[in-house]
Amino acid sequence: MTPVSDNGFEVEGLVKRFGRTTAVDGVSLSAPRGRVLGVLGPNGAGKTTVVRVLATLLRPDAGQVRVAGIDVQRDPARVRRLIALSGQHTSVDNELSGRANLVMIGRLLDLGRHDADRRADELLSRFGLDTAADRRAATYSGGMRRRLDLAASLVGRPKVIFLDEPSVGLDPGKRDELWQMIRELAQDGVTVLLTTQYLEEADALADEVTVIDHGRVIASGTPADLKREAGGHTVVLRPAEAADLGRAAEIVARVAGREPDRSRHHELTVPVAGDTEFFEITAEIRRHGIGVGELAFRLPSLDEVFLSLTGTPTADAKDAA
Amino acid sequence: MTATLPGTSRTRGFATLRHSGILARRSLLKSARNPGPVINGVITPALFMVLFLYLFGGPVAGSTAEYLQYLFPGILAMGAGLAGMISTASAINLDLKNGVTDRFRSLPIGRTAPLLGSVAADLLRYLVAVSILFLIGTLLGFRVQGGLLAALGATGLAILFGFCLSWAMVFIGVLVKSADAVLSFSFITFLPLQLGSSLGAPTDTLPGWLRAWADINPVTHVMNACRALLNGTPDDGSAGLTLLWSAVLFGVFCPLAVRAYGRQE
Repeated sequence: MTPVSDNGFEVEGLVKRFGRTTAVDGVSLSAPRGRVLGVLGPNGAGKTTVVRVLATLLRPDAGQVRVAGIDVQRDPARVRRLIALSGQHTSVDNELSGRANLVMIGRLLDLGRHDADRRADELLSRFGLDTAADRRAATYSGGMRRRLDLAASLVGRPKVIFLDEPSVGLDPGKRDELWQMIRELAQDGVTVLLTTQYLEEADALADEVTVIDHGRVIASGTPADLKREAGGHTVVLRPAEAADLGRAAEIVARVAGREPDRSRHHELTVPVAGDTEFFEITAEIRRHGIGVGELAFRLPSLDEVFLSLTGTPTADAKDAA
Repeated sequence: MTATLPGTSRTRGFATLRHSGILARRSLLKSARNPGPVINGVITPALFMVLFLYLFGGPVAGSTAEYLQYLFPGILAMGAGLAGMISTASAINLDLKNGVTDRFRSLPIGRTAPLLGSVAADLLRYLVAVSILFLIGTLLGFRVQGGLLAALGATGLAILFGFCLSWAMVFIGVLVKSADAVLSFSFITFLPLQLGSSLGAPTDTLPGWLRAWADINPVTHVMNACRALLNGTPDDGSAGLTLLWSAVLFGVFCPLAVRAYGRQE
């Protein structure tokens, strides 16, 4: 593994057991400074355990874990000065106001009273919480609490931030907002580890993705790498006229050498070896005078990749089903 | 853990104290916004005071005024004991459960600072609870006979014991999974500890089995000591026993609780 430059993190051969269960069994992953690493896996895969070890909350049973080049076991106090954790369950204090939550964290990070106040105001306005600043966090909506939680993580200007399933329970609009904030963090040079069950999220945010299942890494690479790895391209064809579907299916079957999947309404999907087949299908349907409603040559979706890697459909796919 | 510079551990100690202070403030702010637990700690003993006073005052002691002089010191001790039984234990338990503790532990502060802060804030909550009880007692007609110093001494003893007893509950609060379990434990212990004592009547008037328990119940000693101080009667050694019990409870449960809380999995 290449040595990690300043402010990234690296995990090598991490093992963590709870009693007789091995939650994490030899996981290695890393991210250089300013990059977003997506850690993808189904529930119980060990994602949260990896995050908790990196955040100095759990002691590893074996393996090397370094944040910004500092060993988390040897010098956890120094690591804590550089990191922030935003948990799966929002960890803001419900009985305090948004402002009081942020000021308290600032004071615990040894900011002076004045600086802690100023930093809180800055973050409240950056996260659109200024109008709710003095209300108890208990009265906040789910999206507001998530934003406050992220703001609380940023009080100390961390160099590395761990986000454990940050978008769980957010509606799509709020989730896009959160994604934008995470992108801005990376632009500012913060290294981000993001765990998620949602491939869409990893695809949208992560420079690199590590897929974990049953405590082991089963794949890693850029989202595009993973898609390529999991299988070839697919041609999707929807004729303009539903009546042409049968003729189109014959052409596709002949060129691709296998029957297309017709499970979607008025749509044919078939895996192909490469773009030669795609061009041939295009030429053939044109020659037969079939109008095209939709025609695509695409990599498999990350959902398909995930399914082929883990044998479990993703949360997205399960929700859709 | 690595090479430490001279003075580092002392600086760290000061830092932990400062952080505990910040977290004590948080705990008090929470109490101000949500005074329920503190009010409960006042209402329960106040209700027992009124109930006992008018149920037993006449028949037992001849007059309510005389009975109040007997009853009130015990109520005071009960107030301090109750305040300690729930506040930190349930607050720490809640923080552990909802992830707030994880946030604290990922900050560069002493691991035990949140615990120490909450316990420090308890001391102020005791004072508030005990002051309100004093006010209610005075309105009902209780008069301190032993002088101001004795009154302060009684208050101090009650709070000291409540504080030391609270560490047993804090230990339980760190260990158990749910806040409900903390509450039910404090309810279960309430009856034998607070009522199986010299609260309502001297232990020599109790039936044998109850007397046997009440005589060894440390809460009886606290109540007797407070009674002697507030009424200006000679102490029968209860004050010393109270101090001894406080030291034992603190010495056993404080290290246990701090260790359980600070332990890293």
